[in-house]
Amino acid sequence: MPTVAETPLAGGRPAAAPVSGAPIVNITALRKSYGANEVLKGIDLQVARGEVIAIIGKSGSGKSTLLRCINGLEQFQDGALTVDGKPLLHESALAMRELRQRVGMIFQSFNLFPHLSVGRNVMLAPTLVKKTDKVDAAEQARRLLLRVGLAEKFDAMPDQLSGGQQQRVAIARALAMEPAVLLCDEITSALDPELVGEVLRVVESLADEGMTLLMVTHEMSFARKVSDRVIFMHQGRVHEMGPPAEIFGAPRTPELQQFLSSLHD
Amino acid sequence: MQIQLDFAAVLVQWPFLLRGVLWTLGLTAVSMAIGMVVGIACAWARASGPMALRVGVGAYVELIRNTPFIVQLFFIFFGLPSLGVKLGPEVASVIAMVLNLGAYATEIIRAGIENTPRGQIEAAQSLALNRVQVFTRVVLPPSLKRVWPAMVSQIIIVMLGSAVCGQISTEELSYSANVIQAQNFRTFEAYIVATGIYLLLSIAVRHLLHWAGPRFIFGR
Amino acid sequence: MVEFTFWDIFRNLLLAARWTVVLSLIAFIGGGLVGALLLVGRLTRIGWLDRAIAGYVQLFQGTPLLMQLFLAYFGIGLFGINVSPWVSVTLALTLYTSAFLAEIWRGCVAAIPKGQWEAAQSLALSFGEQLRHVVFPQALRIAIPPTVGFMVQVIKGTALASVVGFVELTRAGNMISNVTYQPFTVFACVALMYFALCYPISLYAKFLERKISHANRR
Repeated sequence: MPTVAETPLAGGRPAAAPVSGAPIVNITALRKSYGANEVLKGIDLQVARGEVIAIIGKSGSGKSTLLRCINGLEQFQDGALTVDGKPLLHESALAMRELRQRVGMIFQSFNLFPHLSVGRNVMLAPTLVKKTDKVDAAEQARRLLLRVGLAEKFDAMPDQLSGGQQQRVAIARALAMEPAVLLCDEITSALDPELVGEVLRVVESLADEGMTLLMVTHEMSFARKVSDRVIFMHQGRVHEMGPPAEIFGAPRTPELQQFLSSLHD
Repeated sequence: MQIQLDFAAVLVQWPFLLRGVLWTLGLTAVSMAIGMVVGIACAWARASGPMALRVGVGAYVELIRNTPFIVQLFFIFFGLPSLGVKLGPEVASVIAMVLNLGAYATEIIRAGIENTPRGQIEAAQSLALNRVQVFTRVVLPPSLKRVWPAMVSQIIIVMLGSAVCGQISTEELSYSANVIQAQNFRTFEAYIVATGIYLLLSIAVRHLLHWAGPRFIFGR
Repeated sequence: MVEFTFWDIFRNLLLAARWTVVLSLIAFIGGGLVGALLLVGRLTRIGWLDRAIAGYVQLFQGTPLLMQLFLAYFGIGLFGINVSPWVSVTLALTLYTSAFLAEIWRGCVAAIPKGQWEAAQSLALSFGEQLRHVVFPQALRIAIPPTVGFMVQVIKGTALASVVGFVELTRAGNMISNVTYQPFTVFACVALMYFALCYPISLYAKFLERKISHANRR
């Protein structure tokens, strides 16, 4: 069952996240294979509304694959996945479109559209999918860019921005669709170290506002500080799960202990 | 309205078709061998030769690439005799194909050469290899490997282009088809069969060259 | 013996060159339209359609253009329709161009990084919207140099139309050289006229290529 965040002394966010109602993401016995190679070997996970979850583990453990299953970028072979009560139906383009309006994703390589200005990048999906009026969409875009600290870059082109700035635009772009859940797939891994902080600050503010976040990350101190729950994945399974204080402070299994110590080398 | 197609009348002439196929393959093989040598020499000239040579090779390449092969063939076969150079159809065909492939090979190989990492050349020079050795042993083999797919495509294009040589009575495949249909009036069937054979040849030769390249030309 | 001046030769060749230009334009534009349809067909990812179009491309890329022209000319004749060289040549060259352009353009779409598709999908865009607003604008930019470059191949291809009796620059060259007994001059002239048509286009394509690779390097 989803937990309430820990007290400040033990790590985790200071403000308690409300935890009432059905889980917003419900994953049962999820299995996924690439050909003969089984990558996810039966995942069970419930994510409460407003919860912040960090997913850690070695490369190849299936972290990104799990995330990409949630918004349908990867198809799974067995198990069930519901978002906001609605099951994932790959064959129905309409169902997928609905799903992706509720679940947003930020990518490691930003994936901004290079032929559109920053403002237009943010405006594109609302105008096409939600049929938002151009003027309203522009206003919303400006508001969101202000929120991520890039108000003055509305007319700039993506290749004129630094990596950290591009990633913040990507966050604004995803937020424009007003998703209930935000998936963050190693969003700072491709950034120069001095640019990581500006992106993490935006994510932290999203967490504080009550956004449901699932983050695959290598930023352990950030995960410790901001998440309600940490999941350690190993060879396609949820190996350990718990509040950050437990996972980072008192790892139970040898695999997690080995993983954490390897980070300190 | 009934269309009667009689493929048997064409297929029964298979020895003649086979002869055409062998001529086509022969022309292609000779053009490939000489054409690639021309291409390597000209690519080297273009990349590291004196200015006059570079301009000369450049003019040759651009002239060939911007004129149709059939015109090049007609110029060599019909035009050169006015200068006293009389050539048989087969010789004219080979010369035209060699010049044609040579020009395209020059550009393809030049791209491969120019993409050689600087470090490779510096390492070779540090080992006291002379210019020729650096080129033939260090630069050329990896370059050929890099551009081999493009080179194979170009060889196939030249092989298919050789169909035009039948127009000056070189006895390759399209000429065989022409002769057959002149005798039995099965024009459409003859050309379909020839086209089908060309298609098979292009697939087979492509596979053959992809297989042969690493083994005989540039090493794995 | 009638004496033919260089100007006589040149003038008549120039007149025939008109048809080379007209035929090239028709084949290029027609081929572009058909090629675009084939491209969209391949992008729908319907199994049999994709394989059929791939087969079509393999057919035109794996056989001599000369044979394709022969088949168009004699094939249509089979149906009893007495067809002029214009129709059969235009048909053959249009289909030939469509196959090559469809393949060039498919390569350009394939060159767009998967991340662009995924970002567009994650924003709930439909497949059509992903193509129209995100992928095509980017693919179009990199498709322009090779498309312009292919125009040169089309112009060169029209020279083969001479073999089925279509009177364009090469056939005129043949006819004039037979009459004037000056094949060297005539064919040199023919070659230079093709060069004059093709070389500027080749240069332009190279210029476009450089412009785009410069923009990418920023």
